[in-house]
Amino acid sequence: MIIGVPAERAPDEKRVALSPSSAAGAIKLGFTVNVQAGAGIAAGFSDREYQEHGAEVIDSVHEVYQTSDVILKIRPPLTPDTETQDEDEFSLLRSGQTLVSLIGPGQNPDLLNALAQRGVTTLAMDAVPRISRAQKLDTLSSMANVAGYRAVVEAATHFGRFFTGQVTAAGKVPPAKVLVIGAGVAGLAAIGAATAMGAIVRAFDTRPEVKEQVESMGAEFLMLEFEEEGSGEGGYAKVMSEAFIAAEMKLFEEQARDVDIIITTALIPGKPAPKLILADTARLMRPGSVVVDLAAEQGGNCELTRPGEVVTEDGITVIGFTDLTSRMAAQSSQLYGNNVVHLLTELCPDKDGEIQINLKDEVIRGLTVVHLNEVLWPPPAPRLSAAPAPAQSSATEQQKAANEKENETKKTKSASAFGSVLALAVVLGLILGVGAFAPKSFMGHFTVFVLSVFVGWQVIWNVTPALHTPLMSVTNAISGIIVVGALVQMSSGSGVVVALAAVALFVASINIFGGFWVTQRMLRMFRKES
Amino acid sequence: MMAQGLISAVYIAASILFILSLSGLSHQESARRGNLFGIAGMAIAICATLLASTPTSYALVLGVMAVGGATGSTLAARVEMTAMPQLVAILHSFVGLAAVLVGFGSFLDPATKFEGAEKVVHDVEVFLGVLIGAVTFTGSVAAFGKLQGILHSRPLMLPGRHLINLAIGLACIWLGVLFVGADSSMSALWPLLIMTGLAFVFGLHMVLAIGGADMPVVISMLNSYSGWAAAATGFMLANDLLIVTGALVGSSGAILSYIMCRAMNRRFLSVILGGFGGETSTSGGASIEGEAVAVSVDETVQLLSEAKSVVIVPGYGMAVAHAQHPVSELVKSLKDRGVETRFAIHPVAGRMPGHMNVLLAEARVPYDVVLEMDEINSDLPDTDVVLVIGANDIVNPAAQDEPNSPIAGMPVLEVWKAQTTIILKRSMATGYAGVDNPLFYRDNSRMLFGDAKESISAVLSAL
Repeated sequence: MIIGVPAERAPDEKRVALSPSSAAGAIKLGFTVNVQAGAGIAAGFSDREYQEHGAEVIDSVHEVYQTSDVILKIRPPLTPDTETQDEDEFSLLRSGQTLVSLIGPGQNPDLLNALAQRGVTTLAMDAVPRISRAQKLDTLSSMANVAGYRAVVEAATHFGRFFTGQVTAAGKVPPAKVLVIGAGVAGLAAIGAATAMGAIVRAFDTRPEVKEQVESMGAEFLMLEFEEEGSGEGGYAKVMSEAFIAAEMKLFEEQARDVDIIITTALIPGKPAPKLILADTARLMRPGSVVVDLAAEQGGNCELTRPGEVVTEDGITVIGFTDLTSRMAAQSSQLYGNNVVHLLTELCPDKDGEIQINLKDEVIRGLTVVHLNEVLWPPPAPRLSAAPAPAQSSATEQQKAANEKENETKKTKSASAFGSVLALAVVLGLILGVGAFAPKSFMGHFTVFVLSVFVGWQVIWNVTPALHTPLMSVTNAISGIIVVGALVQMSSGSGVVVALAAVALFVASINIFGGFWVTQRMLRMFRKES
Repeated sequence: MMAQGLISAVYIAASILFILSLSGLSHQESARRGNLFGIAGMAIAICATLLASTPTSYALVLGVMAVGGATGSTLAARVEMTAMPQLVAILHSFVGLAAVLVGFGSFLDPATKFEGAEKVVHDVEVFLGVLIGAVTFTGSVAAFGKLQGILHSRPLMLPGRHLINLAIGLACIWLGVLFVGADSSMSALWPLLIMTGLAFVFGLHMVLAIGGADMPVVISMLNSYSGWAAAATGFMLANDLLIVTGALVGSSGAILSYIMCRAMNRRFLSVILGGFGGETSTSGGASIEGEAVAVSVDETVQLLSEAKSVVIVPGYGMAVAHAQHPVSELVKSLKDRGVETRFAIHPVAGRMPGHMNVLLAEARVPYDVVLEMDEINSDLPDTDVVLVIGANDIVNPAAQDEPNSPIAGMPVLEVWKAQTTIILKRSMATGYAGVDNPLFYRDNSRMLFGDAKESISAVLSAL
């Protein structure tokens, strides 16, 4: 099958759906990759680089759309009525084609219907189910990661001071204080970037379970003295009660007076972004402070935010860029491309360059929003991990199993104790029995034997397991002591006995020399780190 | 001629030197000195015996010893470290063979004349010595054949094999009664010869019925038998030095067998009865969900270069692929980058106890970074990357999680607790125990498919 990668036509979109290295990944799966000339230029990938990785570069956008069975894009296809005719992408798609792209299926029902009418099977990269198996396909996470990082870079650009505290000859510089609101993927990436630059970072989230993640990234987690669980479905946050919001607002006001930079990442799926930083709260910040609003596209978490713009009010800069990922086009394209290749791997299990859309697969079903002429959005709810009730029952089951196991080990322990007592009794009985019947000379040797076994038992337990192989070879060598028996028999008057003894002498000598020699050879290899 | 008292004194000295030799092995630092003690003990024992007895021809004795010694030395100097188990097995067989020969010699020697109870005791000693020696001999030869690849490592499952063993055992007891009760030495020879033949068959059959996975136990067990054979010979010749040495070796092998059995959570008796480690169909326990995620060499390099601590878990697969030298290089290069790199050795990794340690030592891995399972298991949760090279059953979480698994209860290296586990493997095939490994399907597991040596070399050159 042929995969087509057209250049993005949306204005200011710098990303490309497949980086050269991901193109190589797709080719490995058996696909042919056609890239429109210049598609990767804005993201820093030259046509030559694509060719070097095995992709075809095709000049005409029409040809890319016409020849390809699968079209890889980033932005949803532009439709004729939203943009000028010249930038239309939708009409280039043809029936029977498969489109892989960000779609925003919840926000764009018209687009879905239009795609279904045209018969374009559509896989939405932003509709990947949030289950652990699908993490490698999750572009929303990849893009949020980039956006979070970029948010810190933008903040640093507009913030007139260092992030890290320094003691210089010219005086002391205090570290910048950063507040990150919302500790999702973007928030955590922002925390990571800001702490790496040396700032003091605090983070707030309505979901208390992210505390550990926040702290592991080196930030302080701000707790609200309030009892309300903020976790919604699928690991996202939900809308909180009024009282909670009031308490939250108070916290933000306190923080606004103290911090230099606020990065907001609070989103609730399918709802406009919650207004967390009111205009008055923002004005409490010191002049020179910066607010970066990652929720700008959904209306913004800050009242002062103007989507797509940077505004300065009372000396406070509010950044509302909606294209943070496009501003790191190389990185985002690479991650997006990796996600796409993982998707292609799922779609093409035989690695024969043919995709199969298996709607029985939960992940593929979730992101297939249009199949042939049918709109499949929204998908059935994903089976969620660990619902409370079954978890409890499985916990009790585990408990039960553990108890049983314990009982069993107790049983075996008492059994083995009984066994060893029994064995000891048998051994003592045997020794007594031997002593009762055997002649005196035998008992002398027998004493030596029993004591030697005992000494051997004590000594061998001290041997370090690392030297068990040399132990075996050295015991091989010393059991060659049987040579003593053969030597004694060599003085026998009987020719047969001497012959037998000579053979025994021969093999025992092999043992002695071979055993000691190989042991020495092995032991010489063991060396300590110098 | 030496005085009898003087010889006994020398034998006592030799016994002490042997004990010192074994106790020297408790640390790597003292191990070489220990081996020298052993050599010294052997030398004085042989010299004293030669001086005390009057062999018909010193030339013959020295000639035979020289040829045997040269053969042994050549073997020892040439053997590959991967072939150590075979060498040890064949050396066991020599002890067994010598015990049989010396036993027959002692029986045929006209100089040994006993009366009454002493004769009965001596006859029993001869009979037992030959029996143990014969079993050790053919058992070790069979083990050698399996390890060398001459014989198939699958267990030989004869119909009614337990019955065969039982019949041989009963026959040997009956022959023993005949042997002790015989009035002339000629009429006693036949039971002894027949018993020797039966014992040969028994030894062969016993080892053939044991699967490849149990090889470490088999080798340790034969080690033990060779000791008991030497001790029995000592009783037969009324020689305390032989008794002491045989007892030391016998208990050493017994301890090793016990350690190996415990490491596999198997009972010694069930190992000896055989039949394990050949079937590949056993798939007890819960079915496994999820999928194995493959990883490329580049991604492995990235994971390794970002790690602060790395643990390498080698299995016999590493030795098969001859990957230990590139692995050693890899460790060196990781250390130069300041990555804490260590090895985790499971007691049954390899084909004999301690085999992995020797292979790593040969590849110039310092022994202080090579740790035992019990030493390192608690560190694994804090480890960034674990590399599993050619190992399977010893890192199988099913041993802990699935009570129905055939390997349930076997102590394993808990590699799944590490941040990321990379498993180098040729394919998704199962290990010796024939058990599927849920480790491969864990979220933090990555599979690096291909030949271990090539993969490691590629990682090394990319680093």
